[in-house]
Amino acid sequence: MNDYRPKDKAANFSFVFPALLIFSVFYIYPFFYSFVLSLHRSDGIFTYDFIGLAHFRDIFQDKAWWRSFYNGGFITFWALTFQNVLAFALALGVDKAIKTGKIYRVIFFILPVLSEIIIGLLMRTILLSEPGILNHWLNQIGFGFITRDWLAPNFALLTTALVHCWKGFGWAFIILLAGLQTIPEQLYEAAKIDGASYIQRFFKITLPLLMPVVSMVVVLTLLGTMQAFAMVLSLTRGTGRLTEVPVMIIYNHLRGNQVGLACAEGIILGAVLVIVSFGMFAFSKWIKDKT
Amino acid sequence: MKNLLKFLSIVLIIPFVLSGCGSQETKDEKIIIWHWMNDRKETFDNLASLYKEQTGLIVEFKLFSPPDIYSQKVIAAARSGKLPDIFGIIGEKKTMSSFIKAKYILNLTPYMKENDKSWQNSFYPQALDVNRFKKDNTYNVEEGIYGVPIDITIMEFVYNKDIFTKAGLDPERPPETFAEFLSYAKKIKETLGINGFISGWGEGWLINALAVEWAINLMGEEKFIQTIEGKIPYTDKQWVEVFSMFLKMEQNGILANNITTMINKEAEDLFSRGQSAFSFNGSWAVNVYKQLAPDLNYNFFPLPKISNEHPVKIWGGAGSSFLINNSSKNKKNAVNFLKWMTAKDQQNLLAKETNNLPSIKNCQEGLTGVLADMIDDLDNLTHPNIWPVNENSRVLEAIISGLQQIVMGLKTPEEVAAEIQKVKERGSPK
Repeated sequence: MNDYRPKDKAANFSFVFPALLIFSVFYIYPFFYSFVLSLHRSDGIFTYDFIGLAHFRDIFQDKAWWRSFYNGGFITFWALTFQNVLAFALALGVDKAIKTGKIYRVIFFILPVLSEIIIGLLMRTILLSEPGILNHWLNQIGFGFITRDWLAPNFALLTTALVHCWKGFGWAFIILLAGLQTIPEQLYEAAKIDGASYIQRFFKITLPLLMPVVSMVVVLTLLGTMQAFAMVLSLTRGTGRLTEVPVMIIYNHLRGNQVGLACAEGIILGAVLVIVSFGMFAFSKWIKDKT
Repeated sequence: MKNLLKFLSIVLIIPFVLSGCGSQETKDEKIIIWHWMNDRKETFDNLASLYKEQTGLIVEFKLFSPPDIYSQKVIAAARSGKLPDIFGIIGEKKTMSSFIKAKYILNLTPYMKENDKSWQNSFYPQALDVNRFKKDNTYNVEEGIYGVPIDITIMEFVYNKDIFTKAGLDPERPPETFAEFLSYAKKIKETLGINGFISGWGEGWLINALAVEWAINLMGEEKFIQTIEGKIPYTDKQWVEVFSMFLKMEQNGILANNITTMINKEAEDLFSRGQSAFSFNGSWAVNVYKQLAPDLNYNFFPLPKISNEHPVKIWGGAGSSFLINNSSKNKKNAVNFLKWMTAKDQQNLLAKETNNLPSIKNCQEGLTGVLADMIDDLDNLTHPNIWPVNENSRVLEAIISGLQQIVMGLKTPEEVAAEIQKVKERGSPK
């Protein structure tokens, strides 16, 4: 390796250079520029007044910002539990269905392919109390007693979380199914011969071998859900702070030419997500080591 | 290796070549205009053809939509020195002031004053004020007029006359007071089962505009401005009374379900289908309703007042304005084109084709129906862009979400007032 001549090194570098250039221009530079902007009161046009960490101090006192974190956390909680457990259960069921498995994969993957805006608008049309397509269906099948305004203040956040689960379920399903299919069948057969029950096989073979995939799904869910935006915007618009999520606040501040503030919020959100993601990886590693 | 270097050189050169192509426009003699007004594309193109016939000069309107994308394009173009000859800015006056301070916008005052101010005097003053910066303004912008209004937008209540008739109300007599408005809406809800009031309150600016109109009616414009200046707190009892109007509307059951999550397009659609008796909307809705329901029998009316002490002010002013690039080589031609565009014949054509109110006076005879009735309301306009100071955007956020929370039954007007005041006192980070 050390015998490479400078000319060879230059040739090798030239292969990496385009990707490095693109990555630097479109990722590294904007990241640092965002940090610089967060230290300024800036309209993003021509005004740049240095104010140090004042935006960060302001954000820590801002109840609306932390309320949006709670909302994002609530939606994430439902995604991590309900959505992923359901996806795992269905992936386990489909894993063995060799012939029909492909059909299920297509069916469950249709939703993630659709645009979030479309899903939000579609679900809004279904869930609105007037004209109320869902309520109409419920009445038709004799469940009129549970009809309600699904976007009313007391239901809006839960409805948003469930719609998000419905939309995000397909991703988790596909990734978990792919993970399950990498586990060699011989392991299960050997365990069966040794008299292991289904539960034992699940906890001793499936879960430990799938743990890296599960932790990846957990982190992807966390990152994706905490940054949910378009679907929430088209479904409820985050009205009255009830379903407002962090990215929606950042978006509104950018639209309102409060670019410095929006950058500071983006940095705080990014930092929290990085910390939680590393925490999740450490936790899943600990689980894996224990099992 | 040589091939690789060739490839890399080409990859690196392409963006520069492409960006060079973009700057070609400004070298041409033709006047380039950027805008975001989807609904006026055809009319603008017709005006351009007409101008070419009359003067031989080529004008090209370039549409960039949606508005968010347009705004970003204008900012990017300004920073890279590639603004077209004429463009518009979407946003607050503060945004316009940033452009002016960076010397991207031509001061039109000398042109407005030509021939004994004939161009300046042709406009409704309220429309021109939106683009005017007075002496010693808070934006620190040099005094002057920096934009040419091409139409006027006002925001008022609108009602469905056929629903009025069905409910046994006089279709030619809309409510004048808030109490009347509530009783009419309740009667319609009770007799016909139709929503009393609908509006796109999921979009904060609509609910804020209505609150501002009621605030000015109740406390007068002077006290309203004093609140923005921080001399009067939002916890003042008159402000609490303004916020209570929204609670009363909710408590009387006249609001459409999900009104706080509704966008204006949704509200316009439902109103045009006769699913609500009243709405609060802008004059642009004339064109929208015409497209959605050509036979809709409706009219606009001023704010149902909550006090007789102060006059009703209507949220309005220049709807869209065009500005001239200070660095344009076509400055003189651009000014001449805008003078032509805001002359009587062209304003009549714009009003007729786009159903917007003209920005110049003496065009009334060209207007018909609802638009003709609105002309009388132009004397009482108010708009953030003509106030001496503007509210902090964090406070505006608090007002909007607070009003939405009142309507959703989550907070009382007193709680909302206290929260707004808290945000106001926190101020902007320094």
